[in-house]
Amino acid sequence: MAGGATSGGNAVTDTYKEARNWLLLPAWVTLGILVLAPVLLMLVYSFLTKEFRGGVIWEFSLAAYDQFFFDRGLFGDDPAKIEWTYIAIFWRSIWQAGAATILSLVIGFPTAYFIATRPEKQRVIWVFLITIPYWVNLLIRTVSMRFLLRDEGPLNSFLMTTGLVDAPIHMINTNFAVQVGLFYSYLPFMVLPIYAAVERYNFTLSEAAADLYANKWITLRHILLPAVKPGVVAGCILVFVPSLGSFLAPDLLGGAKNFMIGSLIEEQFKGNAGNWPFGAAASMILLTMVLIILVIYARAQARSDKEAG
Amino acid sequence: MSLEQPNAIEVRNAVKRYGDFTALKTISLSIKDNEFFTLLGPSGCGKTTLLRMIAGFEDVTEGAIFLYGEEIEGLPPHKRPVNTVFQNYALFPHKTVLDNVAFGLQMRGNSKADARKRAGEMLELVQLSQFAGRKPSQLSGGQQQRVALARALAPQPKVLLLDEPLSALDLKLRKAMQLELKHLQRETGITFIFVTHDQEEALTMSDRIAVMSSGELQQLGDARDIYERPCNMFVADFIGETNLLDVSVDRIESGQAICHLGGGHALTCPSVEEVSAGSKVHLSVRPERLFLTATPDAGNALKASVRENIFVGTDITTLVDLAGGPEIIIRTSNSERGNQRIFDPGTPVYVNMEHGAARLLVD
Repeated sequence: MAGGATSGGNAVTDTYKEARNWLLLPAWVTLGILVLAPVLLMLVYSFLTKEFRGGVIWEFSLAAYDQFFFDRGLFGDDPAKIEWTYIAIFWRSIWQAGAATILSLVIGFPTAYFIATRPEKQRVIWVFLITIPYWVNLLIRTVSMRFLLRDEGPLNSFLMTTGLVDAPIHMINTNFAVQVGLFYSYLPFMVLPIYAAVERYNFTLSEAAADLYANKWITLRHILLPAVKPGVVAGCILVFVPSLGSFLAPDLLGGAKNFMIGSLIEEQFKGNAGNWPFGAAASMILLTMVLIILVIYARAQARSDKEAG
Repeated sequence: MSLEQPNAIEVRNAVKRYGDFTALKTISLSIKDNEFFTLLGPSGCGKTTLLRMIAGFEDVTEGAIFLYGEEIEGLPPHKRPVNTVFQNYALFPHKTVLDNVAFGLQMRGNSKADARKRAGEMLELVQLSQFAGRKPSQLSGGQQQRVALARALAPQPKVLLLDEPLSALDLKLRKAMQLELKHLQRETGITFIFVTHDQEEALTMSDRIAVMSSGELQQLGDARDIYERPCNMFVADFIGETNLLDVSVDRIESGQAICHLGGGHALTCPSVEEVSAGSKVHLSVRPERLFLTATPDAGNALKASVRENIFVGTDITTLVDLAGGPEIIIRTSNSERGNQRIFDPGTPVYVNMEHGAARLLVD
């Protein structure tokens, strides 16, 4: 009986598996063309030799990575020293993206909480309002932001007419402006996942905590936050990762001094001055960093789940 | 009053309004120390609202609530020494069973070690020690319910509020939990306020019951009072099964009302204050207080014929038609004595009432 059942089961399983493979094919093709192929292309290009007017010579070379990490002098024959320029740009990018993430979280969490606790009919309207700016192209919004923040822009005129400041505050081409740009661009990516998590949250749990003598702060910290953590993490990743690689906000609002990775990479592929292998190498390093961060997070999550379970 | 132990809870003219809607219409009641008190009523009667007002989740629109003599309006829930067992338990999903139970103790300032030790003792009390390290989602409904109970009892509240805590359990488990709750209340000596829409549950467990309907208190008394001496149509109908008959009062003689109902049947029963000669009132009589005989017994005997006998295990339910009058339900216990009172359908019989079983109700 066991044998018959097993062989019958296998036949069914095989058919099922075959069908499943065919059904998964479109997804694999899409992923292959849109994700794997470009990344592989980038990986290959990063190991090629640069051509001086852009483009590449098909010859294996580690020059791009070498240029990123080491300084060998003007003619390339000095003893290798660590090259800090690009590492500093990476560091600034991480710092900027991290700050933008924290800022978005601080503003986005209360916003999401506010929306999720409105009556059901109002929530749709609030979510709709949050997404309205996305109907306008990011480039246009960033340029408008540049206009807003200018020395003679509306924000400074307002501050001066109200008498809050005597001279315009210089905001454009500063880290502050980049922060504002990143924060404004990616805030909805923080708000929406947190909103979804808070909306699913069972508020009776907060009542239970209050009933058991927990004040508002402890209820938020120990009951609400653990319950909506997946939404918070999703929001942070969705803000941090694109902020790290963004180039519109740093380019248009940060100016030359506040270079970020995204701009560095963009430069390498622009016009004749570029260095494709170097741009590809920088992209690969950025990608590796993001992957490391995600893996660390996934590990930590698995560990805490294990401890909890 | 001042020399006695103050009431555990005293609700004084409490009103609750949500905009134009009045959920509670001027309720006053007092709940004694160490009492198992039940708020009973159909859904939407305001019983849960009243419970949530005591817990502090809803504010009191008018009136006041006192906890052991002290007014508690204005105190947020986390400062009221009362705990709640929620309808769907509301256990913290990311905390272990032990940490769920220890939560309230920790919040009251006990050290983590001490809170856990006492939480362990509470789990022992509800016989769940072996599940201390599990997550609530790994427990059955009945076990979750006991964790919720242990969690609410652990900080030794002055009053424990229970919001339909048994409604999600199956019948057998519910019956077992009813007794367990009753015993826990005796053991801990904590005042329990229990909200339910299940009248049987209320009758089984409560020292006293407040029957509520559409935001009003209908009757307050112990199980016997409520069941045997319902004060109005709603209570008589809501609690248990009853025969409600329309009767007209002919005259009143020394506290007894002599009345008649459709079909010319006459009967005599204890009168109540509001009734006078000529008034049209209702008569409520419980099915188990009626019995059938072949010849008229002494006192009230109404001529009828048996329509149907329905066997329900412990009892036999008999439907009879009064001659020219309404249908009446009679319940006879399935015992040797009871079985002698069962007649085949179609048999002409007399419906007799036990002494004092009939009760007159005014609209």
